[in-house]
Amino acid sequence: MTQGGTTQPMEPSTAAPTSSGEPLVVVQDLVKYYPIFSGLFKRHIGDVRAVDGVSFVINKGEVFGLVGESGCGKSTLGRTLLRLLPQTSGSATISGEDIFAKRGKDLKQLRRRMQIIFQDPVGSLNPRMPVSDIIGEGLLAQADGTNQWKNRKTRDERVGEYLEVVGLRRDYARRYPHEFSGGQRQRIGIARALALSPDFVVCDEPVSALDVSIQSQILNLLLDLRREFGLTYLFIAHNLSVVQYISDRVGVMYLGKIAEMAPVERLYADPRHPYTVALLSAIPDADPRRRKRRLVLKGDVPSPANPPSGCRFHTRCWLRTQLGDPEICSTEEPALRDLGGEQFTACHFAERINPELIKVAAAGQSLVDTSDASDDAEPVSAAAPSA
Amino acid sequence: MTVTLDRPASDAPPRADILLDVQDLRTYFHVMDGTVKAVDGVSFSVRRGETLGVVGESGCGKSVTALTIMRLLDIPPAEIASGRILLEGKDILRLPEEQMRHLRGNEIAMIFQEPMSSLNPVFTVGNQISEAVELHLKVKHKEAVERSIEALRLVGIAYPERRIKQYPHELSGGQRQRVMIAMALSCEPKLLIADEPTTALDVTIQAQILELIRSIQQKTGTALMLITHDLGVVAEMVNDVVVMYAGRVVEHGTVDEVLLQPKHPYTEGLLASIPSKGMRGQRLNVIKGAVPNPFNMPKGCNFSPRCPYQFEPCLDLDPHVDEGGGPAAACWLWKQAPGYSIPARLHEAQVRAALRAAEASQVEVSPVLAVEAAEE
Ligand SMILES: Nc1ncnc2c1ncn2[C@@H]1O[C@H](COP(=O)(O)OP(=O)(O)OP(=O)(O)O)[C@@H](O)[C@H]1O
Ligand SMILES: Nc1ncnc2c1ncn2[C@@H]1O[C@H](COP(=O)(O)OP(=O)(O)O)[C@@H](O)[C@H]1O
Ligand code: SF4
Ligand code: SF4
Ligand SMILES: [Mg+2]
Ligand SMILES: [Mg+2]
Repeated sequence: MTQGGTTQPMEPSTAAPTSSGEPLVVVQDLVKYYPIFSGLFKRHIGDVRAVDGVSFVINKGEVFGLVGESGCGKSTLGRTLLRLLPQTSGSATISGEDIFAKRGKDLKQLRRRMQIIFQDPVGSLNPRMPVSDIIGEGLLAQADGTNQWKNRKTRDERVGEYLEVVGLRRDYARRYPHEFSGGQRQRIGIARALALSPDFVVCDEPVSALDVSIQSQILNLLLDLRREFGLTYLFIAHNLSVVQYISDRVGVMYLGKIAEMAPVERLYADPRHPYTVALLSAIPDADPRRRKRRLVLKGDVPSPANPPSGCRFHTRCWLRTQLGDPEICSTEEPALRDLGGEQFTACHFAERINPELIKVAAAGQSLVDTSDASDDAEPVSAAAPSA
Repeated sequence: MTVTLDRPASDAPPRADILLDVQDLRTYFHVMDGTVKAVDGVSFSVRRGETLGVVGESGCGKSVTALTIMRLLDIPPAEIASGRILLEGKDILRLPEEQMRHLRGNEIAMIFQEPMSSLNPVFTVGNQISEAVELHLKVKHKEAVERSIEALRLVGIAYPERRIKQYPHELSGGQRQRVMIAMALSCEPKLLIADEPTTALDVTIQAQILELIRSIQQKTGTALMLITHDLGVVAEMVNDVVVMYAGRVVEHGTVDEVLLQPKHPYTEGLLASIPSKGMRGQRLNVIKGAVPNPFNMPKGCNFSPRCPYQFEPCLDLDPHVDEGGGPAAACWLWKQAPGYSIPARLHEAQVRAALRAAEASQVEVSPVLAVEAAEE
């Protein structure tokens, strides 16, 4: 099958492609706020700062993993990049073209190039549409003089082709979503995204709702397709083992900001942000001989409507505690610093992390949830339920 | 060994160390399209103060097993077609509803995957815990409130005096799960059933909740039946494991036996599918296909359409296990099928699997199953 896109190495490489590769997507100071309104007159009383000044580069052909706890802004970031949500400020380009400036015909063209695969294989497919329409819908929306998508037969041909690409049978096109298992539905979602020959795909938790046996089928498929069609992925997930397996580089998000970003081997072998250390420490390991003393983060992510001062992580930071609560943590926001080897970390004390200190911190922790004990405050009411 | 499969219901006196003994349980649902045999001949037991892990893909009958033990299913459409559930030797399937209500909460408590749906949104957290305490422990309101505060403190909720006045929606997912645990433990049950207690939570919050459950178990000696599909959680939390597939127990053993030397091809496949850093750059192992349609169960071995080792007897003989004790697997590779002998190449496959398991203990790579993808 022929398709637009660059040629890719035949094997997903284990060597981390670096940000010295050829950039496809460049994001600069991206901000996305959700306004909070209140009262009879819908006064604007504040903002949920879901994405609050994020910059990164995704190279052509790479998988850029994005991790972080629920509500830290991963989906908002992905959707804003795809123009499914209006951005508040900042810029983003794909192949050098301004994503946010596109209008009309150009915007339509842009939408073809950038697609999304959702987490929920049930909720993201219209139950009243046969698979042929679910996949064909996007084609029809792209119909114009340069292609044949107005023609039902051409569309159906394409749908059949892509069902086969994702490992389903052509004749499934006539069936409805409820006739499929979760893994098959996710394949349909992937076929829908790929039928338009995109070159950039946001995968928003594409395997989170699937059992491990089905998850591995879908991960294999995503990697095969990347190779076959030269795709570039922004891969959002909260399962750190999945991200480690699939990503070339990884960004760790906390409360709307990037806390750390590095090539995958480096991030997992030598995390330099205390939040990354805690996330990695929390992964349960299926080998009973490797039971470990975990470093357990206290409490929840604070409300993004009212993020902590200074370093946003300071209310839960074990490193700060170990260092005797240095004042700078709560007064000065740490910049994303270049630590060499393409590792960038937003912590004033990144160099102080070492295995011994982590062990001491893990041994000394208590299990009391102190998420809002510090300020005696009532819980901040969220503006809207998380997407 | 504590778990045994498919034992015929016996009238032998209960063993003192066994708290819960489930024997040949069958729970069916009669629905429009036919009968779903959600649980179809399941046996296992839970020892006092210990943790039993129940694992398997979604839809394989884990929750229905738990709900049957709690007697929380509507009958009809559900039917308990056979079996006994012995709690300290007495069959709770035969208890009148009134006694059962007393038992729920007092002796067995359950926490669910989605804590929000099991808390009542219109009552405060304190109200809900103290009501449970009053009902079960028959204490005065004032004492019940004090006990609620104590329970919240036990699960690590800061400022419990203030928390009890809040409503469920004012709490985060992790805090709600803590409240559920507080409620479940407020009456000091002998057995806690936790159905995917951390599946809806972030890893960080999962780590908090698992640490919490473990520390409370150490303090109170409560036995735990932990249902999960996360083998990592199993490795960290449990003593014994039962692996369920399509309404059946297909393998049981201690956690080390099951995770380090899996016997059933299904267990082996589950373990091999977990992505690990050693697998980077390679295709992941998969279990081909998906869980069978409950209205159209394969003949012979349930797992045969997905099994890489399938051989002649698998297609028409059911390998359901009947050993009394010891680790066991419902698979013809592990027992002699009448009239068949295991082909040499299958023995070979097992030797290889064992070697791989040994290897995996040095290197971090999970055993490799040469199975191809594709769902058809
Ligand atoms: N439409 C919306 N209106 C207001 N606030 C929103 C909206 N969508 C998301 N938010 C808020 O923005 C923040 C970031 O949400 P987002 O969905 O991007 O998080 P996420 O990292 O994808 O989380 P998850 O892991 O749960 O998917 C959250 O606090 C969320 O409640
Ligand atoms: N109330 C019900 N009515 C009909 N079928 C049900 C009902 N509850 C569960 N089932 C079916 O029983 C089987 C086992 O379900 P369940 O125990 O929830 O699986 P698990 O908890 O292992 O994911 C599934 O096929 C499911 O669809
Ligand atoms: S800057 Fe301070 S609070 Fe922030 S992560 Fe580093 S040590 Fe922790
Ligand atoms: S009985 Fe046969 S088909 Fe079933 S698991 Fe064993 S080898 Fe596979
Ligand atoms: Mg999201
Ligand atoms: Mg369940």
